[in-house]
This record gives sequence, C-alpha cells and structure tokens, in this order.
Amino acid sequence: MTHYVTFRPALAVALLVSALLAGCSGPKTIYQWEGYQPQVYEYFKGESKQAQALALEADLEKIRAKNGVVPPGYHAQLGLLYSSLGKDDQMVQQFQAEKAEFPESGAYMDFLMKNAKGVAQ
Amino acid sequence: MNFLKPLAALFALALLGGCVAPKTVDYAAFKQARPRSILVLPPVNESPDIKASYSLMSQVTFPLAEAGYYVVPVALAAETFRQNGLDNPNDIAEVPAEKLRSIFGADAAMYVKVTQYGTTYMVISSNTVVTATAKLVDLKTGTTLWTGTATASSEEGNNNGGGLIGMLITAAVKQIINSSTDAGHPIAGITSARLLSAGHPAGLLYGPRSPKYGTD
Repeated sequence: MTHYVTFRPALAVALLVSALLAGCSGPKTIYQWEGYQPQVYEYFKGESKQAQALALEADLEKIRAKNGVVPPGYHAQLGLLYSSLGKDDQMVQQFQAEKAEFPESGAYMDFLMKNAKGVAQ
Repeated sequence: MNFLKPLAALFALALLGGCVAPKTVDYAAFKQARPRSILVLPPVNESPDIKASYSLMSQVTFPLAEAGYYVVPVALAAETFRQNGLDNPNDIAEVPAEKLRSIFGADAAMYVKVTQYGTTYMVISSNTVVTATAKLVDLKTGTTLWTGTATASSEEGNNNGGGLIGMLITAAVKQIINSSTDAGHPIAGITSARLLSAGHPAGLLYGPRSPKYGTD
C-alpha cells in the first residue's frame, strides 16, 4: 500500500476553476424558489387565484427543466389554489406530491385530504 | 508617559471585545429538541400598517427552508385557522401547543411579532423600516428553544458585502424604486432573512435538510 497521492494537474486545475466559479455564482440555495413567495403574497392579498395557479404551474416547469428542487409548501400552495378553483382531483395530486417530497408534511396533508373528502360527501 | 501603556492595553482589549459575538445564546434545549419542521403562526402586528402581518408571513419560508427546516405551507395554515374561526393572529397565538401539533404535525412553532413596518417621509428622502421578533417553541414540551429580533431599513444602501442577505437588499432597493405603494414588502423580506436564517451569531441552528446540519 502506498501513501503517495499522484498529482494530477488537470484535476487540480478543474478543482480550482470550479472553486472560482462557485465563488462567482453567488450563494447557492437548497431549493429553486422561482415565484413561490410572491404568489403566496398574492394569495394573502386576495388577488386572482386562477392567475396564481398559472404562474406556479409555469414556474414548476422551469424548476423541472433546471432539475431543481421544489421548495417546501410549493405543491401544497398549488393544491390550495386548485381546491378553491374546484379542481379537487388536482388538489389531491398536489397534496400527495407535497407529502412524497416532504414526509414531514404527512400528518397535515392527510388531515387536509380527509377534510376535503368530508366536505365533498 | 508609562502610565499610558496600561491604558493602551485596556483600549486594545475594549476594541477586541467589540469583535466578539455580541451575546451568547444557550442552545442546549434547541440541540436536544432537534426540530425538523416548523409551523410559522401568522405574525402579530403591532405596527399601524395592516399589510404588515401577511407581508412578512409570505416571506418566512425562504430563510427557514434554506436553514434546513420543513416549513408548514403558510397560506394553507392561515386557511386552516380561518376555517376554524381563527382570523386574528392574536387569537391564533393563544391556540394550545398540543392542538397545533395534532393538526399540523409540526415539531416546533415560530411565534412572530412585527413591531415596526412602514415608511417615514422626510424632505428629500424617505426611510422604510421593518422590525420583527420571533420565538421558537417546541410543540411537544412547550419549551422555548430560541428567540431573535431583526430589523432592516431602506437607508442601508447597496454596500452590504454580498451573501444571501446582500443579494436580497440589492433586489429590494430596486423593487422599492419601482413600486412606492408597497415599499415595506421588500424590506420585510430582508428582515425575515436576518431574523430566520441560520449560520450567524445568535441565529437559528441549521436544520436536518441543510448540508450544514450539526456543524453549529
């Protein structure tokens, strides 16, 4: 067994370059936020829910195209919008997506889906 | 002039003292509780602007999620309270911890209060300030895990040394120039980031979804 580490200039240069680039690209976030928070504010202000759903749907495509991670609450917010637009199937899909992405939301998502069924019956 | 030497030494010490973190926080309960998910309650508003509560509420998810916590969807939570006859943040703040945990399944709740939100107009300029306080409470035990306070002002200018907050400030200043009707909102975003980010003195600890979890 050897204790020598082979010096690979190409690798060293690649590492240095990526370190420099990381420094230039600004702080890296865990999630791809897009318009999540502005759309939540629109919701609180009572603006058009149709418009909010369209904006979040479009941003979801952007997040997927970039292979980004959807932030906590994003799918649930879409579910809330679908619920108030009377699209209950899509609401359930989004609450399920929130639960799958973030198991921490499981109890609350189950509570909401159970309640929604109760209202529908 | 030998008597000046101890004075100079004291002065140097005082200067060094200024570099030390302003206060020490006891994180023992926080570290023991290890919360994974946080329910942010609608902020109690002590400012004269009725927009303050939901302006801040809509911007708390970013710093908390980036700190590594699951954040209970804020608009959905507000809707659940409303459907249970609770519209007023003061009343919501009185809901027992056990009840909150059973509905939202969250490990901890963040109680937020907005103490300042608005613009003071002066002769040639104006200053928009948002100040808020927060308290993180363990919903299993009722123990307070952490408290914090933060403020942000439009007069801070562009020189903020980069990083996540620097980026937000630059964006906020631009936004204020473009919209004079809701100048408090972008400033509330900075206040929220300062109040609820991890990784700074007296700040929140990183949560389990952060790569920096357990390093503080």
